[in-house]
Amino acid sequence: MEAIFKKLSALSATTILLILSAIFVVLFIYAKPAVQKYGIHFLVDPRWDVSVSLNKNSANNTPNTVNKNMSDNNLNSAPIGENDADVLAALGETNTQSSNNTETIYGGLVPIVGTILSTILAMFFAVPIAMGISIFLAEIAGPKLSKPVGIAIELLAAIPSIIYGMWGLFYFGPFVSHLFGGSSVSLLVAGLVLGIMIIPFMSSLTRDSMNTTPEVLKESAYAMGATKFEVIKDVIFPYAKQGIIGSMILALGRALGETMAVAFVIGGVFTFPKKIIDPTVSIPVVLANNFAESSGISLSALFYLALILFVLSFIVISFAKFYFLRNKK
Amino acid sequence: MRLLINKIVLFLSTLAAVLGLIFLFWILITLTIKGVSALSIHLFTNDLVNNGLRNLFIGQFILALIAVILGVPIGMAAGIYLQEYSFNNKFASFIRNLSDVMMSAPSIVIGTFVYAIVVNPVGHMNGWAGAIALAILMLPIVVRTTDDMLGLVPKELREAGVAIGAPKYKVIFNIIIKAAKVGIMTGLLLAFARIIGETAPLLFTSGNSQYFTLNLNQEFPSLTVAIYTLATMPDKHLVEIAWAGAFILTVFVLIINLLGRYITKEKK
Repeated sequence: MEAIFKKLSALSATTILLILSAIFVVLFIYAKPAVQKYGIHFLVDPRWDVSVSLNKNSANNTPNTVNKNMSDNNLNSAPIGENDADVLAALGETNTQSSNNTETIYGGLVPIVGTILSTILAMFFAVPIAMGISIFLAEIAGPKLSKPVGIAIELLAAIPSIIYGMWGLFYFGPFVSHLFGGSSVSLLVAGLVLGIMIIPFMSSLTRDSMNTTPEVLKESAYAMGATKFEVIKDVIFPYAKQGIIGSMILALGRALGETMAVAFVIGGVFTFPKKIIDPTVSIPVVLANNFAESSGISLSALFYLALILFVLSFIVISFAKFYFLRNKK
Repeated sequence: MRLLINKIVLFLSTLAAVLGLIFLFWILITLTIKGVSALSIHLFTNDLVNNGLRNLFIGQFILALIAVILGVPIGMAAGIYLQEYSFNNKFASFIRNLSDVMMSAPSIVIGTFVYAIVVNPVGHMNGWAGAIALAILMLPIVVRTTDDMLGLVPKELREAGVAIGAPKYKVIFNIIIKAAKVGIMTGLLLAFARIIGETAPLLFTSGNSQYFTLNLNQEFPSLTVAIYTLATMPDKHLVEIAWAGAFILTVFVLIINLLGRYITKEKK
């Protein structure tokens, strides 16, 4: 009994490893057709779901067959324009050839750029505010104020992200477009909503690591005549640096993979944002909007994107965990 | 000068705090106003096909409940292994870190994974796939909670149990888990609150259904997925229903969170 239970619990612990590796392997297997077809070029190709004609190649390969069929079916044997796919399709035997003449290209650059830009925007917005909140909670507010505010912040971190997205679509988006122009769905709105969403998460983690600073250190600095700002800057930040940076990177990881808060407000169009107020798309949003209707190579391309997102966030989070938050346990 | 800088910085961080809180309360207030004004008894008695939310509430709850049934035993066993059997060896700390990394994995990627292993072989979206996705999402949270809470149990309790000759699994089940019961319960409640509000992993695993169903082999009604679809509809009335759903979901999640806090506080 004892042995069985020990084995079972060890097995359960191994499940974590199994699931994570299975995610890697399965995503890779499903992404393989797209990986083989587009290769690493996928990462820098801005075209998504774009038909490209491959006439140059096919014209070089099969001019003879086309001409032969032509003379069979058309007595006056007019020369076919190389782009004339309709005529080719009309000729029964070259049907397969004509469908090879155009190919749908999938490239991931637009969503990749959209993901990174919206995350950077979110961080620029969220870091100062989250720092302010955690300094306020840890040092400025007395216990009477900091406790309820702290609880409120933690509760806000628990609100489902779809709520943030809905609010962004109906209230915050129009508000931002009123202030800065542009449409109510844009990269800017997505970045800001994302930032607001990670503020509670980031500030409660940062406050926790600030609170680990021993009172003695702070008191001795105050005894030397230091101001509150100097204590925060020279005592608390250096002491809690690892934890603070770690919590920022964790929040960044969360912003990278966030779907619902962004899906409502980023616009979902496959174009590069020329201005910050233009709509674009991010990887999770592409997945959310296109996955259910896709099959074949487009599905494989989506799995390729999912794999990229997974690897990206895996690297970011592991970096935070193993480098900054390592000595916690 | 130093005092001035001090004042400026303190003012700025208070301002940042106020600004952040304004945004966050803006969200809650609009949610409450829109949600309450759209509330009606019909939402609880009709299914989505008749502009109600009944099947969605029940569906979402069932999905989360099955996820708990699937995820909690494995997660707790893994947590017990990490804390009680591993003696903090390298493998255990590796698993511990890995589980933390998995906790922050994008939930939509979990959805694509479950799509690949469950939905694709079956050929259509089904309730089981959604529940499995939520279970995978929940697993690392349960591991972390169990691991942390068992770590708080004093060593003397274990030694006392072993000293009277009890086998280790009995010590774990009858002594250690009992001592850590409240903490683990709280953690499980919070994990439940986290997964019941998830949308992304359900979008293409369990999908959504307009009708009341308990059959997990077909597309399954989900409140969050429905909110996503309804909120983007041109029909004003449907958008109102989405707000009502969002409001009820948020209230539910917040109540579970407060409940978790309350239990911990009572114990302390």
